[in-house]
Amino acid sequence: MSEALLEVRNLVKHFPVATGFRGAPLSVKAVDGVSFTLKRGETLGLVGESGCGKTTTGRCVLLLERPTSGEVVFEGIELTKLPDSKLRGMRRRMQVIFQDPYSSLNPRMTVGQILSEPLKVHGLIKDKAGRAARVRELLSQVGLLPQHARRYPHQMSGGQRQRVGIARALAMEPSLIVCDEPVSALDVSIQAQIVNLLEDLQQRLGLTYLFIAHDLSVVRHISDRVVVMYLGKVAEVADRRSLYEEPLHPYTRALLSAVPIPDPKLEARRERTVLRGEVPSALKPPPGCVFHPRCPIAVERCSAEIPPLREIRPGHWAACHLA
Amino acid sequence: MATLLEVRNLHTTFFTSAGTVHAVDGVSWDIQQGETVALVGESGCGKSVSALSVMRLVDEASGRIESGEILFKGRNLLALSEEEMRSVRGREIAMIFQEPMTSLNPVLTIGRQLTEGLEIHMKMKESDARARAIELLSMVGIPDPERRLGQFPHHFSGGMRQRMMIAMALACNPSLILADEPTTALDVTIQAQILELMRDLARRLGVAMLIITHNLGVVARYADRVNVMYAGRIIERASAAELYATPRHPYTLGLLRSVPRLDEPRRARLAPIEGQPPDVTRLPPGCAFAPRCAYRVERCTEMAPPLEAFSPAHLSACWEVARLAKEIPAEAAT
Repeated sequence: MSEALLEVRNLVKHFPVATGFRGAPLSVKAVDGVSFTLKRGETLGLVGESGCGKTTTGRCVLLLERPTSGEVVFEGIELTKLPDSKLRGMRRRMQVIFQDPYSSLNPRMTVGQILSEPLKVHGLIKDKAGRAARVRELLSQVGLLPQHARRYPHQMSGGQRQRVGIARALAMEPSLIVCDEPVSALDVSIQAQIVNLLEDLQQRLGLTYLFIAHDLSVVRHISDRVVVMYLGKVAEVADRRSLYEEPLHPYTRALLSAVPIPDPKLEARRERTVLRGEVPSALKPPPGCVFHPRCPIAVERCSAEIPPLREIRPGHWAACHLA
Repeated sequence: MATLLEVRNLHTTFFTSAGTVHAVDGVSWDIQQGETVALVGESGCGKSVSALSVMRLVDEASGRIESGEILFKGRNLLALSEEEMRSVRGREIAMIFQEPMTSLNPVLTIGRQLTEGLEIHMKMKESDARARAIELLSMVGIPDPERRLGQFPHHFSGGMRQRMMIAMALACNPSLILADEPTTALDVTIQAQILELMRDLARRLGVAMLIITHNLGVVARYADRVNVMYAGRIIERASAAELYATPRHPYTLGLLRSVPRLDEPRRARLAPIEGQPPDVTRLPPGCAFAPRCAYRVERCTEMAPPLEAFSPAHLSACWEVARLAKEIPAEAAT
């Protein structure tokens, strides 16, 4: 259980942007020095608001983007310098589930074709009958029926399509699944079905999840440990309980206090830290702590010095001078 | 309080290649002056079409308002001419949409988009409209409003654009604002800013609001009363306090129980509503929620339950409401 399946070290991804005539070259610092490890069988939540770099981090882990610098070590192999030909074999072991199952499934293929094609391409199952049997098995694993194999994606509901997306990931027998906002496009009443399914599959198949989401309540439910990101950097890392019960970073505290709770009586009593302003541009991140312009407790030092990610309590890390 | 808007037995229907959709199927609700009412439900339940019907903005190519009445300050909006309706829209009733970028004109300056309505509806002179536009922008917390007037929507962030939408909605001093998922496209810290702003402004200016959302959590803090919709009908209505404490419809109860909550200990397992959302082109006879309902009895699949008062201010459309009420008793009167 304690063996590291994935280790991300000092990951950096800068996207160059076109600049005007004689303009200085600019780049978006989407991910700016992110490190974390993921143990086998664990679920690591990656939360933050749009533009914080959580999706880019996921794409770099999968090598869908080549990182600008840093290392991604998966099953003991450093991936960032591998040639594409070698990557293909590794990729089979790391799969992805996207937010919008509708745009990630080929509309001209039946569910059966969607699931059996990768089995054929990767040479996992050579004969047609064997593939059909595997498709039936995959469908039942995600709670669909054998007859769903003949349907097209548009003939299914959003929740059923996400089940197909999960089955497609499972087809490759991965050890790691990057789940990028897997429930946020679904109706509220369906979200819980998919979360339960992901948990069941993890138990049954020993999967490891990198769970990227902006919904802090869902992340608390599913994650063993949580990484909070802000503007390309890690603000805080801790196990689930410590992060939600004793958050150390002022950004984490503000995020938690902004989550609405479906109880008017409780809401009426609840104190809220409403953050000032908005997330600055990743083209020109603020100096010092990237959070300082919005931070309710910032002091002078925060605008000058970048706070390192420090282990403040055993296993609980925060990047804040005042933590 | 006087009734500001009363929707009576509204039917709005769409004609699609997949069949006829009764998007709003005999729905009645009202808003009192200065009140904030929520319309909650999942995609396809008819909540947005309800608001579009009030504005008479239902796309005529594919749908129409079949019957019913929409009484605004006593006048039936459905009986107004298009020209009369134009003086209601934007002036007396304003609307805020989910995606501010698609509802702002990308080639007009922020200033022009604000002053246009003022010049047309309020017959203001250009200089007066400009002064009012500056006032509106600072009211919604946009810094440096004079400079901002000359900018275009793409210069604004998502949160700023939504502030701009609120400024436009407030421009002509409406008495009612219809807000369709006003914060769904925004990040949670910005969501909190926008909702607090909307509530403060509504209170200060005495504007009534209809908030349409799929998220029961969002409205708990802001709504006085809540209507829950499912498959084109209202299935429950109560004050926010009562609805969240003692839901009287299995669907509302299911929604509340299926979401993980930060204020409660983590549960080992979530409790989803089983089954799939209804196919609105092929609704079952009887109660549309029956196929997914844990309280279903035979009668539910035969006859649709009417929306009836369970207690004076708490309505539910469920045949088995008494059984549900026994399981979740009202809290002792305090």
